[in-house]
Amino acid sequence: MDHDNRDRNAGSGGFPPGKAPGDSWADGLPKGRRWSGIAWSLLFLLVPVLGTATFVIAPYYDHWLPKDVSVHGKSIDGLFYFILVLTGVVFLATELILFWFMWKYDAAASSKPATYIHGSHTLEVVWTIIPAATMLFLAIYQMNTWADVKMRRPRMAPSVEVVARQFEWRLRYPGRDETLGTEDDLFVVNDLHVPIDEDFLVQLKSMDVLHSFFLPNFRVKQDAVPGMKIPVWFKATETGTYDIVCAEVCGWGHYKMKGRVTVESRADFNRWLALIEAEQKATQRGPEEIPVAAAD
Amino acid sequence: MSTVTQPQGPPKDTAHHEHVATHGSTSLSTFLSTYVFSKDHKVIGLQFLFSTLVWFLIGGLLALAVRWQVAWPWSDVPVLGKLFAQHGGQMVPEFYTMLFTMHASVMIFLVIIPILAGAFGNFLIPLMIGADDMAFPTLNMLSYWFMWPAFFFFGASFFVEGGAAAGGWTSYPPLSTSTVSAPGSGMGQTLWLLGLTMVGVSSMLGSVNYMTTIILMRAPGMTMFRLPMTIWAMFITAILQAFALPVLTAAGFMQLTDRLIGTGFFSPEGNIINNAMSGAGGGQPLLWQHLFWFYSHPAVYIMILPAMGMVSDILTTFARKPLFGYRPMVYSIAGIAGLGFIVWGHHMFISGMNPALGITFMVATMMIALPSAVKTFNWLGTIWGGRIHYTTAMLFAISFVSMFIIGGLSGIFMAATPVDIFIHDTYFIVAHFHYVLFAGTAMGVWAGIYYWFPKMFGRTMNEFWGKVHFFLTFMFLNGTFFTMHILGAVGFPRRLADAYHYETFHHLQPLNAFMTWCAMGMVATQIIFAINFFWSMFRGPVAGRNPWNANTLEWTAPSPPGHGNFDFQPVVYRGPYEFSVPGCEKDHLMQTDPPHPAEAAAAAAAHA
Repeated sequence: MDHDNRDRNAGSGGFPPGKAPGDSWADGLPKGRRWSGIAWSLLFLLVPVLGTATFVIAPYYDHWLPKDVSVHGKSIDGLFYFILVLTGVVFLATELILFWFMWKYDAAASSKPATYIHGSHTLEVVWTIIPAATMLFLAIYQMNTWADVKMRRPRMAPSVEVVARQFEWRLRYPGRDETLGTEDDLFVVNDLHVPIDEDFLVQLKSMDVLHSFFLPNFRVKQDAVPGMKIPVWFKATETGTYDIVCAEVCGWGHYKMKGRVTVESRADFNRWLALIEAEQKATQRGPEEIPVAAAD
Repeated sequence: MSTVTQPQGPPKDTAHHEHVATHGSTSLSTFLSTYVFSKDHKVIGLQFLFSTLVWFLIGGLLALAVRWQVAWPWSDVPVLGKLFAQHGGQMVPEFYTMLFTMHASVMIFLVIIPILAGAFGNFLIPLMIGADDMAFPTLNMLSYWFMWPAFFFFGASFFVEGGAAAGGWTSYPPLSTSTVSAPGSGMGQTLWLLGLTMVGVSSMLGSVNYMTTIILMRAPGMTMFRLPMTIWAMFITAILQAFALPVLTAAGFMQLTDRLIGTGFFSPEGNIINNAMSGAGGGQPLLWQHLFWFYSHPAVYIMILPAMGMVSDILTTFARKPLFGYRPMVYSIAGIAGLGFIVWGHHMFISGMNPALGITFMVATMMIALPSAVKTFNWLGTIWGGRIHYTTAMLFAISFVSMFIIGGLSGIFMAATPVDIFIHDTYFIVAHFHYVLFAGTAMGVWAGIYYWFPKMFGRTMNEFWGKVHFFLTFMFLNGTFFTMHILGAVGFPRRLADAYHYETFHHLQPLNAFMTWCAMGMVATQIIFAINFFWSMFRGPVAGRNPWNANTLEWTAPSPPGHGNFDFQPVVYRGPYEFSVPGCEKDHLMQTDPPHPAEAAAAAAAHA
């Protein structure tokens, strides 16, 4: 039948001459070699194999979650692992299916036509409802930890005020009267001290642009926004000295906006506060000389 | 151009189609109206394609400079070193912040968005729906030419005092609104905002045109549910653009007036930057984030949906099989687009936004994973039971599916608000969006280029070098981006010029060096692509109308199609994916093929 002049064109171009269709099943495309189909499917098999291997090996080389030293950190890490396992299973399953289909349904491996099918109502329902239920469960499962970390603020006065500015962390401890904004406030830069096993409430502010108060070992991160006072709280579980990182781009010196946080016993913490107090009195520094964010 | 009368449709008046070919005039005005200020959607599409590929190269080189600093901070920079002569050849941190800002801005606004909608949308929409051009050809021409002021503003910003914008592509105020807060917040930021506005104008002209064309200009018989997935994706993307873009444009103007005439939309009272009072005050920095992400989250889908559509078409052609679940695929695109408007807050979990709102956005975000999952399962279903031909286009399309799985799953970590606290603004998110946008969209774009190249230029790209290009890109991209998940797990923050002075991150330099080597390999691999592209344009094997034996309408037109596209009026009898119909003598029934007796029997059997 010559009902269609486009047959003239079908399969005529695009491929080097001599590779005209000649299969037992004529789909008009040149039949590739079986080994190349195998090679390409194996390439895609590398994705789940190397992908999983990377995640398995990384912790052994210390390329993994930094040591967690806070109460919230434990539950956040727990959720991270939960999602890692869940997504890991889906990742492996789908990538292996993809590999298997590529291996099996290579045109070079069969002379049969492709299956003529437009879909399956049942399958669509199944693979809509199962992920929907899983995702909904996942969302609900996160809520309690989120509320603990960001919503159930401990009933206490702020332990310290952190004022971010380009490119340092200005800390203000309330001093002996335990009230911020009074004569006896203590001022420190970039050197946060925290008593162990106690709720610690930070009042986070910014003087100039956005910053983000990031304590990797505490799984704490909160943007500091000029004009806002944002509460951040955590409870340290292990003594030591850890990093404070700025995680929101704040200008050219963003990379060096570095602080340290020292977790110590209550006794050591009090000793340190007394030391700061003595230093401050000796140098006659008063709060009026330290600019603080005006939107107090 | 030969005109052949078709039995199934009336011959078209081809007189004006011959215009360009027969005149053959060499006069300047003809040259300009044919190749420069052309109103032909195909020429405009190719103009978009060439422009965006050039910017793709620039964006890639910017990325390499970023990677150099991350891997070997403060070491002498090759090539760029001359710029830093007074700093002993080292990159200065101001320059680094500018680099990552402009890498992202160029890639998003000058490459991904215009290459999908501008290049492929323009070229494919009239061809695939059987129209002779867009509904508004002049508007279409303008949509391309409005990109040029954007090219100019972005390009010029590198050379003004203080350099190009350096506040991140998200341009969060007050860093971006206060001219004293950073060198790049001067003239560079103003030019950035102007460029963004021009890109917006261009996109808006395009999307109005695409919507109108798809609604009004479909060939006889081309019902909405016979449209190829590419067109469905372009259609829904155009709607998304039209509704989301005005918000960004308005926000951009607000930021401009904050900077230029002293309004205070985004700067709070009494802000002291660089020891100087800044701005009028009374504003709220978070307002910008809400407005920005109200556009930029839907924009994420603007940057992937068209690629999903193209991949669906390519998978069916080379699996010789109907698309699995056509309607669920359409509905899931619509679902992604609809939900896309109510998830913007997931960029702001730790921004200081009310944490209760974070819960709402988490639930919405988890739900948007659903249509993405449905799409992935349907792609797997499409390959299942097929006859897969491993052409270059098919390999890129399959890798889109494989990589999108990774990018989709890693998104769940960020959607979970407590986990996001730790990985927010770390390399985990960098890994996530590069898997979606590079390993996803860019691979989809390459699939599209290899697939539609014969239609664009009448010749086929070299398959061997295409596969070499695919293999190397695939290996290097995973070497570069998969390892970023691991950096993210350590908490390695993005946008730091040097993170190794932190105790937590000091041991990560070797891994970063490995990633930078892979990134260099990835960029170098594109030389193969460039040579193949230009060589094949002039010397590649001549392609017929339908080199892949595909079904959709563009393959009934000549390669390349002349002005007016079709030499007969296409009439559509069926959906776009009728491959391997049992009892049919050839394995594909084009949309224009007259009804076939085997069809009804096969359809009855398939639905039994």
